[in-house]
Amino acid sequence: MIAEAGLAALWLAAALAALQLALALGAGGAGGRAMGTIRAVAIAQGVLTLTAFAALIAVFLRTDLSVLLVAENSHAAKPWLYKFAGAWGNHEGSMLLWVTVLAIAGAVVAVFERHLDERTLSASLAAQAALALGFFAFLLFASNPFERLNPAPLAGRGLNPLLQDPGLAFHPPTLYLGYVGLSVAFSLAVGALVTREVGPALARAMRPWVLGAWILLTLGITAGSYWAYYELGWGGWWFWDPVENASLMPWLAATALLHSLNVLAARGGLRAWTMMLALVAFSMSMVGTFLVRSGILTSVHAFAVDPTRGSFILALLTLYIGAALALFALRIATVKEGAPFDPLSREGALVANNLFLSVILGIVLIGTLYPLIAEAATGEKLSVGPPYFNATAGPLALILAALMMIGPQLRWRRDRSAVLPRLAPGVVIGIAALVATIPIAPSIGLLPRLGLALGIGLIPASLAPLAGRALRRTPLAIWGMCLAHLGVAVALVGMASDSAFTREKLTTAVPGEQVEVGPWIVELRSIRPVAGPNWTALEAEMRASKGSGVNVLKPQSRFFTEPVTTTNEAAIETDWNGQLYAVLGAQDVATGRWQVRLWWKPFVTLIWLGGALIALGGLLALIGRWWRAFRARRRFVEAEW
Amino acid sequence: MNLRPKHQRLVLVSLAVLALGGAVLLAMWGLSDRAAYFVTPTDIAAGKAPHGQAIRLGGMVERGSLTREPDGVTIHFTVSDLKAETPVRYRGITPDLFKEGSGVVAEGRMEGGLFVADTILAKHDERYMPPQMAGTATPR
Repeated sequence: MIAEAGLAALWLAAALAALQLALALGAGGAGGRAMGTIRAVAIAQGVLTLTAFAALIAVFLRTDLSVLLVAENSHAAKPWLYKFAGAWGNHEGSMLLWVTVLAIAGAVVAVFERHLDERTLSASLAAQAALALGFFAFLLFASNPFERLNPAPLAGRGLNPLLQDPGLAFHPPTLYLGYVGLSVAFSLAVGALVTREVGPALARAMRPWVLGAWILLTLGITAGSYWAYYELGWGGWWFWDPVENASLMPWLAATALLHSLNVLAARGGLRAWTMMLALVAFSMSMVGTFLVRSGILTSVHAFAVDPTRGSFILALLTLYIGAALALFALRIATVKEGAPFDPLSREGALVANNLFLSVILGIVLIGTLYPLIAEAATGEKLSVGPPYFNATAGPLALILAALMMIGPQLRWRRDRSAVLPRLAPGVVIGIAALVATIPIAPSIGLLPRLGLALGIGLIPASLAPLAGRALRRTPLAIWGMCLAHLGVAVALVGMASDSAFTREKLTTAVPGEQVEVGPWIVELRSIRPVAGPNWTALEAEMRASKGSGVNVLKPQSRFFTEPVTTTNEAAIETDWNGQLYAVLGAQDVATGRWQVRLWWKPFVTLIWLGGALIALGGLLALIGRWWRAFRARRRFVEAEW
Repeated sequence: MNLRPKHQRLVLVSLAVLALGGAVLLAMWGLSDRAAYFVTPTDIAAGKAPHGQAIRLGGMVERGSLTREPDGVTIHFTVSDLKAETPVRYRGITPDLFKEGSGVVAEGRMEGGLFVADTILAKHDERYMPPQMAGTATPR
């Protein structure tokens, strides 16, 4: 019954999306009354979709095996957290989560948006409804999560053990909120292009959505990177896997959009460019969804290979992106030009930021799609991996980091004052760091060396905009910007340090033997069997020390029965200056020796700390803007009284 | 430098076009020698894998072919696509799902008649098979 109720709610929500599209298109400029109805429809659509999603969680929690999706992806003997999160650990469930976020975002924008004129808002809501309608159709016709299975099997097939991790509860929802939050920026841009109302008011309406989506994307990517780092047991934190790229591309576009929105909001400039980025950002979300959900990729995220689904998403993608670009082409000549600015100005720096981010985006997009295009065109099968991405995107990212030292310290419109003294601290410290790395680490590569120097120089440079300000009266948005830029610096130092200084030891050992890696001496003490809720494992006890104190690491080799698989659970010891990472491999039957792989990764933790700082900076900016808007409204109300 | 708005827009549009062109050129340069082609043992037997170039080898781990060197961390096995076979050497901990008789994708290069793998990817779960292998061999 629950499954049928969920399916009915989904159909109703789809019908309401069609109604919203018709109403919003019909409203045109009618205003007042129509707007009220549209709001009610958008809210009902959000509530119904949420109901459907709750129904799916309910059937997973009860392990209702008469539902095909549950039978294929779940098992009664699974901890409840994975039953709950397992609802979106599969294709249909994750698409339902996607659509739920889309519908709720539509409802929120319908209810709370007050910056925009009603014509633009109703055109935007029409666009949002059109998006929702397509993805509802995809769910109902090609990915029905509530399909029944008759007769019901006695046991489910279980969830992929790699996904049985608390990370599954947070990583997909966070990323999806980010992906789909960008749909609002897309719809608002479409609305504004339709009514030709591209201006600062639109930028202010769009900004919280882009900022919110960007914060969540940042968190989702950071968490996903750490998850892959400890769960895969490969010691790496970024693999340039197409699925990782699928989340990176919307992030790059959203980062560029966030910066260009500031020019539009503050100075009324970069109108066409900002609209283009708003369309591109959500298009990248859709491309990402297509890449991940169509099953054309080799990845843990490719849940099932079903060609009809791939073509369905591709058709939606072509329709939406094509229509948006056509609208852009038709309208852009009539969009007013912004205020002029000098190349050496905040605007000029933001243009440079946007150009570099866009080039990196283009390179990642081409590298990710190239294997698909090459295979379609020539039948040749190939893959594009780290060598390509590191060689092309790496240097550009470093140039971008160098520009980050300068941009935030420039003034709007034109900067005629002496710029160099303001830049001095960052540049001097960066050059000092560069010189210092030469005797400390003579043999590291050029990119890690430059990364270290730029990252260290960027730390003071990113805080420089606070210099000379009354700190207590500095707007939160400025603090947010400095913190986010500091996060980039910190993450850059972590990445460069990891690739420059990591020590690896791959060997075999028997209990009682010692292995050296970096400054650590690791002793394998024992190996014994342990049992978890739905797995058994061999667990090694290792004692690691570097001079004083002993740390115990317990890496495991886990064996799951539903489905039958083994996974390596790495053990990680976090110290103030890095992480010791231990993996237990198989036992060699002939000699009785155990495979052991150890890494010492100096300052690798800075990568994720940096990611968290970037997200926190975004959050501060978001809170700061809300607080200002709130204060302004209260003042306005008081004045009325 | 004082630009009129119209000129400024022209400059920005040219910059955008330039950036786009730059991205494409840079990507083409990067792809020209950094894309790893997917080959099967049959392709290697036909001489389609140049010595030393990065490639991905896909097929099945032949039953009974897995041996271990005395150091305990270097393994040798044979990848087969039922028509031809390629010997592979790999140093490292094998992935969770790597076993004889199941699908594998190895990244590395040919050195002499031996494929030296840097990375080994095994198929992820019952329902999943690398799409590139769909046409080459059937698991189990």
